[in-house]
Amino acid sequence: MEGGDLGWWGVVIAVIGGAIRVSTPYLFVSLGETLTEKSGRVNLGLEGVLVMGAMSGYGTAVITGEPWLGVLVAGCAGAFLSLIHALICTLPRVNDIAVGIALFIFGTGLAFFLGKPFINPSAPRLPDLDLGWWSASPQVQSALQINLLFLIGFTLALFLAWALKNTRWGLVLRTVGDSEEAAGALGYNIAVVRILGTVAGGFLAGVGGSYLSLYFPGTWNEGLSSGQGLMAVALVIFARWDPVRCFYASLVFGGATALGPALQSVGITANYYLYGAAPYFLTLALLIYSSSPRKALEGAPGEVSISR
Amino acid sequence: MTGTGFMNTMEAVAINAAAFVITMVLFGLYVTWLGHNPLDVYYVLWLGSFARQISIESTLTNAAPLMLTALCTAIPARAGLLVIGGEGALVVGGVATVLVGVLLSGAPFLVGVTLMSLAGAIAGGLWIAFAGALRQYRGVNETISTLLLNYIAIAVMYHLITGPIRDWERVLKTSSWSIPEELRVGALPLVDVHWGLAVGIVTCLILYVVMRKTTFGFGVDVLGGNQRAAQMAGLPINKMVLICCFMGGAAAGLAGAFEVTAVHGFASESLVVGFGYAGILVAFLSRQNPAAIILMAIILGGVAASGGLLQRRFDLPDATTQVLQGLLFMVVLASNAAYGRLNIFQPAAWRTA
Repeated sequence: MEGGDLGWWGVVIAVIGGAIRVSTPYLFVSLGETLTEKSGRVNLGLEGVLVMGAMSGYGTAVITGEPWLGVLVAGCAGAFLSLIHALICTLPRVNDIAVGIALFIFGTGLAFFLGKPFINPSAPRLPDLDLGWWSASPQVQSALQINLLFLIGFTLALFLAWALKNTRWGLVLRTVGDSEEAAGALGYNIAVVRILGTVAGGFLAGVGGSYLSLYFPGTWNEGLSSGQGLMAVALVIFARWDPVRCFYASLVFGGATALGPALQSVGITANYYLYGAAPYFLTLALLIYSSSPRKALEGAPGEVSISR
Repeated sequence: MTGTGFMNTMEAVAINAAAFVITMVLFGLYVTWLGHNPLDVYYVLWLGSFARQISIESTLTNAAPLMLTALCTAIPARAGLLVIGGEGALVVGGVATVLVGVLLSGAPFLVGVTLMSLAGAIAGGLWIAFAGALRQYRGVNETISTLLLNYIAIAVMYHLITGPIRDWERVLKTSSWSIPEELRVGALPLVDVHWGLAVGIVTCLILYVVMRKTTFGFGVDVLGGNQRAAQMAGLPINKMVLICCFMGGAAAGLAGAFEVTAVHGFASESLVVGFGYAGILVAFLSRQNPAAIILMAIILGGVAASGGLLQRRFDLPDATTQVLQGLLFMVVLASNAAYGRLNIFQPAAWRTA
């Protein structure tokens, strides 16, 4: 240790703090995608939804001065974009993954287009909760500055895990996602359930986007998200469509994302771009590890095409 | 061409034309909402893409890489894969081209250019074949893995051009070393468009023949149509998927090679301008048919070429082209629902009683 510096411990603390701070968008997007995929559809366009949520949330906060209103608007913008996805996918012979790619291009394009005037003005940020008051170390204190959205996301993960198992809504959603035949025989309206599943997922992804622009990093520009939305979709596979595992996996991804900046903070600036790519390498490695060439994955909705 | 084949082609042309018109109407509504006259916007789109020789040349210069990146989606799609890794394969191909090019100082022109193009194609081919192997042997979804590989390719390129292969003497722009000046590829005869266009067209035509007229292509179509049928027929499925992925990736890598040898002379952020993503759209517009890609790439090249003029004339953000492309993509996918629905294109409608 040099000069009161925490040295390598600083890196560890920064990665843990970063995991908490960075994981929230992953968490919201992966919970949203879990809902969508449980209904039997894949929305690969959540990256576009995330960026659109970030832009609309930031823009709302700049104009009204109300960051929480921004969060709400971001969710609605996400729900609206996903509604387009859901409606197009309701048409016959339309590939949901391809529509997701189109939504990814359209959503990011629209966000960059409409968000151009908001690059310079600064918006009020969402407030912190200081849970590190007990520690004297500024690093620990800053690692434990937690946003309310993180806690909401955590609660939501527990709630969704419970609701998917124990409520009638959860049962309908899972039936539609597992077998169109069974759902049809039970008289459920498959199209409507999937539209609702996709729209709800889009709302959550939009909220995740507002966290990026209104809390961390807390700014709006075109480089704000670089694939977090996409990685969250991959994370759902790794988490086996389980909301609580989505929470754990989001923390791991958050930590990987925080690695580059944490190393930079102790003066290791070489290979910055390679450390920056750590989450992509991690995602790919986890996909390779958790996929199986022969059988459908445990927990995978039967009608989802992404796990086969 | 058989009667049904002709009907299918006409159906695709009609549906695509309708999709273009619908997209233009939607885009017109969008710019009207922003306070512009849509007719002015259409006129500038035309002016910037096909109205004058200089705009046509710019359109074709944009079309060249699009043809090749579109193949990166179209060829694996015939085997039933949805690969979207064209952006990454282009970047990897461009970097490989630079690495080989700097070693070839003093080499004869044809030898040097051939070796650089091969390097780009092989690098891009292996990049996408890796995703194909992950799918076949590990069950990893190829759409997600190729998208991740895009981000990884771009990160690796930035790592290289900011350090190991950076040209420190170019102060204004972060870039790699340059390839030797004598190995730069020039323009075609008659038009001011680089040779990548000819290579793109020829590659599309060759792959059209391979996919449509050979036993291999027929086998791939069986596989793409029904994997179980291909299994029953005893086709070497894994090998076919890997070959398709390699060919697609090689095409995108070749695009990167020509962006380096004919346009920039080095690798830099200028390789990451969305040719890979626009290529996916071209592939879907062409219904994964390599010959149709030539035409569709030229049309989308026109959209890309007029983007700059559109932005300057109406003071629009640079994301305008992306909005238009995304809109077109969604309309085209939705238009898939119309196939087989229009009676005029069914053989039965033309049968005389």
